[in-house]
Amino acid sequence: MRRIGIDVGGTNTDAVLIEEGKVVRAVKAPTSEDVTTGILDSLKSLGSTGVLQGKKIDGVMIGTTHFINAVVQRRSLTKVAALRLGMPASASLPPFCDWPEDLAALVRGGVWMVEGGHEYDGRLFMPLDEAAVTKAAGEMKAAGLKSVGISAIFSPLDPGHERRAAELVSKIIPDAVITCSSDLGRIGLLERENAGLLNAALADLARDTIAAFEKAIADSGIAAPLFITQNDGTVAEAAQARRLPVYSFASGATNSMRGAAYLSGLSDAMVIDVGGTTTDVGQLKHGFPREANSVVKVGGVRTLFRMPDLLSIGLGGGSHVQLASEQGPLKVGPVSVGYRLLKEGIAFGGKQLTTTDIAVATGVLELGDQKKVAHLDAATCKRVFAEAARMAEEAIDRMKTEAGDVPLIAVGGGAFLIPEKLPGVSKVIHVEHGDCANAVGAAIAQVSGECDQIFKDLSRAEALSAAQGIANDRAVAAGAARASLATIESEDMPLAYLPGNSVRVRVRVVGDVAAG
Amino acid sequence: MKRELSLDDIESLAVGAWILGTGGGGNPYLPLLNMRLLYRQGHRVHLIDSNELADDALVGTVAGMGAPLIGQERLNDSLTLARAVTLMERHLGRKFDALMSMEIGGSNGIRPFMAAAHLDLPVVDSDTMGRAYPELQMTSVAVGDLSGYPVSLVDVRGFESVVHKVPSWKWAERVARKVCTEYGSTAATCQPPRTGAEVKEWGIHGTTTKAIAIGAAVREAQRKHTDPVAAILSVEPGKLLYKGKVIDVARRTTEGFLRGVVRFDGLDEYRGSAFTINFQNEWIVGSRDDQPVVMTPDLICVLDSVTGEAVGSETIRYGQRVTVIALPPTKIFLSPKGLQHVGPRAFGYDLDFRSVFSA
Repeated sequence: MRRIGIDVGGTNTDAVLIEEGKVVRAVKAPTSEDVTTGILDSLKSLGSTGVLQGKKIDGVMIGTTHFINAVVQRRSLTKVAALRLGMPASASLPPFCDWPEDLAALVRGGVWMVEGGHEYDGRLFMPLDEAAVTKAAGEMKAAGLKSVGISAIFSPLDPGHERRAAELVSKIIPDAVITCSSDLGRIGLLERENAGLLNAALADLARDTIAAFEKAIADSGIAAPLFITQNDGTVAEAAQARRLPVYSFASGATNSMRGAAYLSGLSDAMVIDVGGTTTDVGQLKHGFPREANSVVKVGGVRTLFRMPDLLSIGLGGGSHVQLASEQGPLKVGPVSVGYRLLKEGIAFGGKQLTTTDIAVATGVLELGDQKKVAHLDAATCKRVFAEAARMAEEAIDRMKTEAGDVPLIAVGGGAFLIPEKLPGVSKVIHVEHGDCANAVGAAIAQVSGECDQIFKDLSRAEALSAAQGIANDRAVAAGAARASLATIESEDMPLAYLPGNSVRVRVRVVGDVAAG
Repeated sequence: MKRELSLDDIESLAVGAWILGTGGGGNPYLPLLNMRLLYRQGHRVHLIDSNELADDALVGTVAGMGAPLIGQERLNDSLTLARAVTLMERHLGRKFDALMSMEIGGSNGIRPFMAAAHLDLPVVDSDTMGRAYPELQMTSVAVGDLSGYPVSLVDVRGFESVVHKVPSWKWAERVARKVCTEYGSTAATCQPPRTGAEVKEWGIHGTTTKAIAIGAAVREAQRKHTDPVAAILSVEPGKLLYKGKVIDVARRTTEGFLRGVVRFDGLDEYRGSAFTINFQNEWIVGSRDDQPVVMTPDLICVLDSVTGEAVGSETIRYGQRVTVIALPPTKIFLSPKGLQHVGPRAFGYDLDFRSVFSA
C-alpha cells in the first residue's frame, strides 16, 4: 500500500507519503488562497527527492476545511429548493425555520411541503402525494432552481418516499442535483433536513473543488484515485464526496487524532493536538475519535453530524504570553499571532512574546534567533510552561471518561508545550512526524458504514445483529473490502413510551479501502 | 394581573421549564421554535394568576403526550394543540375561559402557550405537577381526587378521540396511552377540564413565573460568564447536592419507560465521593456513597456545570460535567395521599420519603 495524505489547513497544507505502513516523507507548504496551488506545491515538495518516481500510488486522500468554511463565511453557496414530505405534520416549522436569517436569505430558493412520510415503525404516515411533488418540481424549474434538498418524516427508517420524490423531480429537472436527507442518517427531522439543505447548498462548490483537486493531482503527474476524508476519520471516493460534501466538514481534527493513533500504535488514548492558535483535546476509542452525541451547529445551523467530540482551548505555539506584572497574573492565550508567528514572535524580530519564544529561550526549540530572547530568565520560562501544562491538564481531565490515568499522545506543531509528565496521565507520548499527524491520518483513512434505526420486537442481540448487517452492506457499498470490516461503535437505546420492545440501535463499522 | 409575555420571557421559560423537567419532559426546543415563529407572525400570549379566575370559570389543561423521539420527526404543531382544546370544547358544549399547563417541566411547560396563541385565551400561571412526571395520575389534581376524564386526543392528520369516562386516573392513563400509540406515539391532548375553584384549590401556583425566573437567571449568568448554578440558587430556595462527572449510564426500557441509573464521580469539594441517580424518565432517587439522600417528590435537577442548562435522562452521557441541585416540591405531594401518587414507592423504591428540605 502506497498512499499520499494531504491536509489542507488554515495555515499549512501538509502532505505525507506512506509506504507499507511507514511514513517515507512528510512536507509542509503554505495554504494558498485557491487551495489547489497549495496542494500542487506540497505535492511538488513531496516528490522533490524522487520518492514518487516510477511508483504506483494507490490513493491520494485529501482532508479539507473548504466546505465548512464556505458555510461559515457565507460564500460560494448555491440556492436550494427545499422539498419536505410530511404534511400535514410539521407545517408550523417549515424548512429553514431555525436558520440564521443571513444564511437562509442566501440559500433559500423556495420551500415546498407535500404529504408523505413514515411512522417510527415503518407504517405509512401519509401516502406520498406524487402529483404535488411533480407540481413542485415544475415550480422549481420555473424558478431556475437545480439544487434540491428532499426530506421526509422518519426517512432514516424508510427512505422510499424521498427516493421516489427524487425520481419525480429528476423527470422534470433532468440535471437537478438532489440531496436526500436519508443519505445523511440520524433521527431528528429538522437537524437532518438542515444537513441536507447545507449539502445541497454546497453542490456547485463540491463539484468545482473536487474537479480542481483531481486536476491538481493529475498536473502533479500522479495517477491515483482521489479520496476525501470525512468527519469520522474515514474516506469517501471522490464521487461520493461530491454528492455529500457535508460529511467532510470536520475532517481536520479527526485526521490529527487518527494520525496520532497510527504514529503511536495506540488505539485507546487521549490525544492533544497543539496547533498555532488552539489546542484540541479528544479521546481515541478503538483508534477513532469519540463522537459528539449531540446537536452540532455549523455556521449557526443546527445539524446532527458525525463529528468528533473535541474540546478546544486557546493554547498554541503562537499564543500571546503576558508575564506576571502589576497589570495582572501570568496569562497564556487565548489570543495568538497565528500564521504571523515568523514575523511577530520576538525570536523572529517581532514584538509579541509568544509560547514559541519561551521554547526558543529555553532551547526546547531551535528556531529564529535565540539572542533576541536571551533576556527571558529560566524561572520565568518555567512558569509559562507550567501555566500551559495546567491549561492542558484541565482540558484533558474534562475530556476523560474514566477515572484512572490514561496515556496521552501529543501531536501538532505546538506539542513542545506538553510536558513529559502530567497529572491524570500515565504517559505522555511524543511521536515522530507528529507535526504532520493530520496528513498521516488522511493517508491511513478507512471506509465506514453506519446504521441508526429503530427495531421492534427483537431481542437486543437480534437488533444489534440486524443493524450490523445493514452497516456492513453500506460500508461495502461505499468502497470497503468486506473481509476487513470491524465494528467500532455499537450502542442501543431503549425508547420510552413506544409500545413493544422498541430499541434504537446505532452501529458503525469500518474497513480498508477495497483494492481497485 | 393579566400580563403579556415577551419573546424573551418565553426564551427564559424554555430554559427554566427544561430544568424543572428534572431529567424528563422532553427538551422544549421545538415548542420554543414554534413560539418564535408565532411571535414573528404577530401572535402574543398572556399570563393570569389563578386568583383572577371566577370559581365557575372553565380551564383547559393542555399537554403533548408520547415519545419525545417521535416529536423530533413529526415536530410540534401549534394548530394541532389548539384543536385538542376546541375538540374538548365541542365535547363539553362550553367554551374555555383560560388554559393551563399540566406539566411545567419540559416541553409541556410551553405547549399551552402554543394553543393559546391561536385561541386568544390567557394561560393560568399554575400547573398540576410543578415539574415533570411520566404518568397522568402523578398530578396534584389526581391527588385531589378530581375527575380524571374526559381527555381529548388529536393528531395532525385530523384524528380526534375523546376518552369519555374511566373509573380512575390510572385508567385514563392506560386508555389515553393506547390511543396515543395508535396515532403513532404522539398526540396533542386536552386533559380533564377544571373549574376556576378547582384550579385555585389544587393547582400548583406561580410555576410559569418560576420557570421564567430560573431561565432568566441562567441566561443572565451565561451572558456575564458568572456561575449559572449559583444564579438559580439565588432565585430559588434550592440546595446544591453534588458536583461531578458522569462515569456510567445504564438504560433499559420496561413497561414503556426509560429506566436506568447514572453514576458520577465527584469533582472539586466532592472529589472522592460517589453519586448515583436512578431514573424513570425523570430523576427519581439520588444516592451519595450508596445512601439515598434525595428522592421524589423533591425535584432533582442535573445541570451542565458550565452552561447551567438541564441535562436530560435520554441524552446524558459519559464525561459530562454536571451539578446536582434539589428544588422543593409542592406541599400537595407531601401529604400521605400525595406521596402515594408520586413518592418513591410509586416508582418501586421501598424508601420512606425524606426531603432534603426537612431540617
